[in-house]
Amino acid sequence: MRIGVFICHCGSNIAGTVDCESVVEIASGFPEVVFATDSMYTCSEPGQDGIISAIHEHNLDGVVVASCTPRMHEPTFRRAVERAGLNRYMFEMANIREHVSWIGKDKEHNTRKSADLVLMAVEKLRRNRPLVAKSFETVKRVLVIGGGVAGIQAALDCADGGIDVVMVERDQSIGGKMAKLDKTFPTIDCSSCVLGPKMVDIAQHDKITLHTCAEIESVSGYVGNFSVTIRRRATYVDWTRCTGCGICTEKCPSKRSPDTFNEFMGTTTSINIPFPQAIPKKAAINPDTCMKLQKGKCGICAKVCPVGCIDYEQQDELINVDVGAIVVATGYDLFDWHKYPQYGEGRYPDVITALQYERLLSASGPTGGHIKRPSDGKEPKNVVFIQCVGSRDRSVDRPYCSGFCCMYTAKQAILTKDHIPDSQSFVFYMDIRAPGKGYDEFTRRAMEEYGAQYVRGRVAMIYPKGDRLIVRGADTLAGTQVEVPADLVVLATGVEAAQGAVKLGETLRVVPDQYGFFVESHPKLKPVETNTAGVYLAGACQGPKDIPTSVGQGSAAAAKALGLLSKAQLESDPAVSKVNLSRCVGCQKCISTCPFGAIKAVTDRFGNLKAEVIETVCQGCGICTVTCPQGAIQLEHFTDNQILAEVNALCPPKMYVNFE
Amino acid sequence: MNIIDLSEGDPGFLAEVEARSEQKLNTCYQCGNCTAGCPYTFAYDIPVSRIMRLIQAGQRETVLNSKSLWLCASCQSCTTRCPNQIDVARVMDVCRHMARENGCVSERTSKLFVDAFLKSVEEHGRAFELGLMAQYTLKSGRFFDNIAVGPPALMRNKLSFKPHSIQGKDQVARIFERFRKGE
Repeated sequence: MRIGVFICHCGSNIAGTVDCESVVEIASGFPEVVFATDSMYTCSEPGQDGIISAIHEHNLDGVVVASCTPRMHEPTFRRAVERAGLNRYMFEMANIREHVSWIGKDKEHNTRKSADLVLMAVEKLRRNRPLVAKSFETVKRVLVIGGGVAGIQAALDCADGGIDVVMVERDQSIGGKMAKLDKTFPTIDCSSCVLGPKMVDIAQHDKITLHTCAEIESVSGYVGNFSVTIRRRATYVDWTRCTGCGICTEKCPSKRSPDTFNEFMGTTTSINIPFPQAIPKKAAINPDTCMKLQKGKCGICAKVCPVGCIDYEQQDELINVDVGAIVVATGYDLFDWHKYPQYGEGRYPDVITALQYERLLSASGPTGGHIKRPSDGKEPKNVVFIQCVGSRDRSVDRPYCSGFCCMYTAKQAILTKDHIPDSQSFVFYMDIRAPGKGYDEFTRRAMEEYGAQYVRGRVAMIYPKGDRLIVRGADTLAGTQVEVPADLVVLATGVEAAQGAVKLGETLRVVPDQYGFFVESHPKLKPVETNTAGVYLAGACQGPKDIPTSVGQGSAAAAKALGLLSKAQLESDPAVSKVNLSRCVGCQKCISTCPFGAIKAVTDRFGNLKAEVIETVCQGCGICTVTCPQGAIQLEHFTDNQILAEVNALCPPKMYVNFE
Repeated sequence: MNIIDLSEGDPGFLAEVEARSEQKLNTCYQCGNCTAGCPYTFAYDIPVSRIMRLIQAGQRETVLNSKSLWLCASCQSCTTRCPNQIDVARVMDVCRHMARENGCVSERTSKLFVDAFLKSVEEHGRAFELGLMAQYTLKSGRFFDNIAVGPPALMRNKLSFKPHSIQGKDQVARIFERFRKGE
């Protein structure tokens, strides 16, 4: 074999702490290395051209590049060697940046370690063999999980691109958090007026199938060919016949059902349509509070329903669907502010969250759009807003900024003045974070035109005095304590990962970070991809985001899904497991350990049981290779002999053993 | 107000406070929670959040001469509320020690009371209220401070004329001894 070695300087990233010339010199002496050189930026066009011309000039049949992480540029260099006529798997990469130059300052040690890593790559490459990818068909259908604004945008874009979409929403209606908002910043346009038409489009688009009251039960398969099981909860109403007339909700005598849409500001009927613009506009029964389902008495809804669609016997339903790509848009939930003792832990009814306040402001809310405080229904005069409740606070394990609370607080201060002209808003803030287009101007407007008093400090105590609440806090700019007699206190509760996100992540093989937000493939260059091919992220499930950013990411995820499914066929990675039939004894241990169901049992022509790998399903994880008692399954491109050759390169053994 | 030259700050001061209090003061982002909850801010010359900032800026003189250090009741409201889990009360305590060591005690009476209290504990193994009061009053010259409290307490038998003795008095005294030896 004729191997070429290329050591990258990466500007000064590597050359700063690694003597690249020495590594070249050492590498020239490695077995079967016929050419070694260094270059400033191997990934640049002249750098890649250098590799290609060296392959032609020196008649190389294998290439080692020592540079950054293979996650960054392995595909780049594989394409380069392929352009020079080699098989792309006749290439190895040694990571001397992340694993060497960035983590150690000692040049001598770094140089030695770099040479060791190059030797390992060379020893592995000597045992590489050309591999060819298989092509497979994809299902031209996208699953969108979550019907908030990000999911809605992703679904509409995919459907408009001509691909079938299946949308799954946990709640009874799509719309997510945005549907609960009264107005949106920084334009103060009506939230349901901008979102409503999009929700209707979802219901009417002939390429979109919508399942609400539904959750993902299981996902199997791989990019292009996922098979998904959806569990649709029993709604006890036949939605194919329900017209959404609402007579049942008027007549229902059980009014103890928690009103989740209005953020628990009061209760609602057991059979309910959450809000006038709900999509689908169908009634559903809350089995926990329904008298018929709990005690077997009542049944009024069935009597009054003009189309007879009430079905108390309805069961959960499992729906199977095959899809080619998945967009995760599960959104966020709000921090539970009761963890803070200083805000009363729920003792004072007039301390509410910003989303509850949003429902008070909304015309479709429990007060019909008039601000009435929960305790006595009076119109508040002094409204205190407290920001960063559950954001930027290590003591409650929420050290991150939720990003949009500054803006919605400014919006609510403006709306308060609009609703009650003689009111006064006080905003306790730490820092105002308004880095969007027109955002800072908006917060200034709240102060300058609407007279909101911004107090730079935190609140330490809220206590009742008469029918008011005294809010005591600090004004750090004045260097003193301040007190405000408040009629209503609104907490800007921070963002946290949606409930159940971690569990869904396990189902989808998408990794959540320590706070439960899904981790993207690359923080800058792959913001909507995940490390599972064919699964994309949109919206706040990846981290706190405001509406424009969520919509943007929804479109981006849709573009990725459309791009994936626009190819007639996909190529599978040939670095998959392969069974040596003469060694396989048919014990089937590999079949039971494979997490992807990629191995099946077959009988050979003598009737012996053998294992067979389905190449397009195998993900190349390697669990089967360590399970096989016979060493009959080997992972191509990572065979035992290749890995042992790397180990031997580092610690030369006294005796060689061949495992093939 | 004086202009502080930030380049002239004493970085050793920050390091010393951090080392002695075992707190990381650079995590303070000036939210103001400590000042908001502090029950003595009304009497402070420098609010506690500003003390934290001045320590970050290495302003040794300003901090150690602050009256706030001596008015702090060590109630720990600041520590409880700090989002960055800084033990602010401990930082105040460390600064109080440093002020004493540097001889820049800005609230003489506070120091006198603390001294009288500790002396009483050293001698009797616990506080002897009447002796403590007498010593504090004599040294501070504030003869009428306790006039409203003292007699009623005496009448109700709350102040004994003789110090109570406790078990382990010697061990308590030895703690003081060991402290003086710097053990």
